[in-house]
Amino acid sequence: MRLAAFAALAACAALAQAQDSAREIQRYRQMIAEGSPAELFEVEGEALWKKPEGPKKVSLERCDLGEGPGVLKGAYAHLPRYFKDADSVMDLETRLLHCMTTLQGRSREEATRRVFGSADRPSEFESLSAYIAAQSRGVRIAPGMSHPKEKASYELGRALYFHRVGAWDFSCASCHGDEGKRIRMQELPVLYKPEAARPVIATWPAYRVSTSQLVTLQWRMNDCYRQMRTPEPTFASETTVALIHFLTATARGETYHGPGNKR
Amino acid sequence: MNRLRRTLLAALALGLARPLAALAAWNKDAFGAKTPGDALKSLGVAGATPSKEVVIDAPEIAENGAVVPIEVSSAVPGTTALIVVIEKNPFPLASRFDFRDGALPYAKLNVKMGETSDIRVLAEAAGKYYSATKEVKVTIGGCGG
Amino acid sequence: MAAGPMKMRALLGQGYTDIRVLMNHPMETGQRKDPDGKLVPMHFIQNLTVKVNGRTVVDAQISQAVSRNPVFSFRLKGGAKGDKIEVSWLDNQGESNSTEAAVA
Repeated sequence: MRLAAFAALAACAALAQAQDSAREIQRYRQMIAEGSPAELFEVEGEALWKKPEGPKKVSLERCDLGEGPGVLKGAYAHLPRYFKDADSVMDLETRLLHCMTTLQGRSREEATRRVFGSADRPSEFESLSAYIAAQSRGVRIAPGMSHPKEKASYELGRALYFHRVGAWDFSCASCHGDEGKRIRMQELPVLYKPEAARPVIATWPAYRVSTSQLVTLQWRMNDCYRQMRTPEPTFASETTVALIHFLTATARGETYHGPGNKR
Repeated sequence: MNRLRRTLLAALALGLARPLAALAAWNKDAFGAKTPGDALKSLGVAGATPSKEVVIDAPEIAENGAVVPIEVSSAVPGTTALIVVIEKNPFPLASRFDFRDGALPYAKLNVKMGETSDIRVLAEAAGKYYSATKEVKVTIGGCGG
Repeated sequence: MAAGPMKMRALLGQGYTDIRVLMNHPMETGQRKDPDGKLVPMHFIQNLTVKVNGRTVVDAQISQAVSRNPVFSFRLKGGAKGDKIEVSWLDNQGESNSTEAAVA
């Protein structure tokens, strides 16, 4: 009897401690978000957006991100979406690559040589993503959901999320499929549920404090597949775009407030 | 003529370098000290009175020791400096802020912590020191981000 | 991004001005190894100065324990819209940078 009471008390104490830890970690995240170096990447991205590049020596300022050539306000919040000129669904990075090849005349090979950067040398996609995403702060997330290709992309993304692959037979849902899972102190959000996807998608791309890098959604997809031990997915491919589309669509309705901060 | 020009240029360069040198007052001994005691000694701190008026706002747990946000301030009247010491870091002294008229004794910054440690903040007011400490546990997060 | 951009904002609050400044700097401790296994030399900001309308109000000495891409906040007594704030830094290798903003 006394032992049971003691055990119950110990369990309560452990639970209280776990809740305290969770609250303190929440506070840690909030404090690092208040001073985000992501803004430095926005400054860098703006310069890149306006810098003439490629054989045609033109900037990306006439790039149409879906709201019209050169329109940045709200463009990120409405991606991925269908683009008639490419007859496909594109996310931000895919569309930027499209503009680099069409407007600037660069080859796909050259433009994708360094899609993920390092702390010392960010990739142009990272800085550009930070700058463009920042122009959607305060805008509701609403990716394209009406065109048949948009519907197909969403469905493909959903299927991929649950599709087990590779030597470990993992899918996205193996880690991000059940409530309460975590790796060390990092809880794993169940991203096919809107309430979990919203706060996550609303803050990507983000500055990652552990690597001092601005990380993008294309990077996130790539790195998750790496952790699942599959061959590396192709940058800006139909698969990675579809997964980003599915996750973004799941988060729709949330107000974008990134670029954020990750541990 | 040529030599004169060179001398003039050298003098000019020296003149330009001087404000930078003045700015470069950086307490090498204090920052190079390997114990909190040695660091404080190098800063001329003999002792400090614990005070609730020295405030450290920091999370109790940091998910990543590479970035630990801390907010320090002092309500001790006449505070002119704040000193931040991370007790268990290889070089414990992290910063010294000198506030002149016009600035409030307040700073917020991100610091690196090698391991779980006490953070000690000292406020200097009229030649006396007041201190507070707070422990921050350093953990490590998952694979995500 | 060694000598990359800085960014600052200065906002008038209730009786004080809040300054937040971001700077691009590797803040190398001298203890980290590069991918080839060689130690990356110490490279960190040592001095930080905040000026208001040309007058120094904060003089900071900092160590390599400040995180990479430093972010600092300071507060000024009172203040007025349009006050010119200047923040400059100097590192152990003699590099420096500065930025200016008007209180909004």
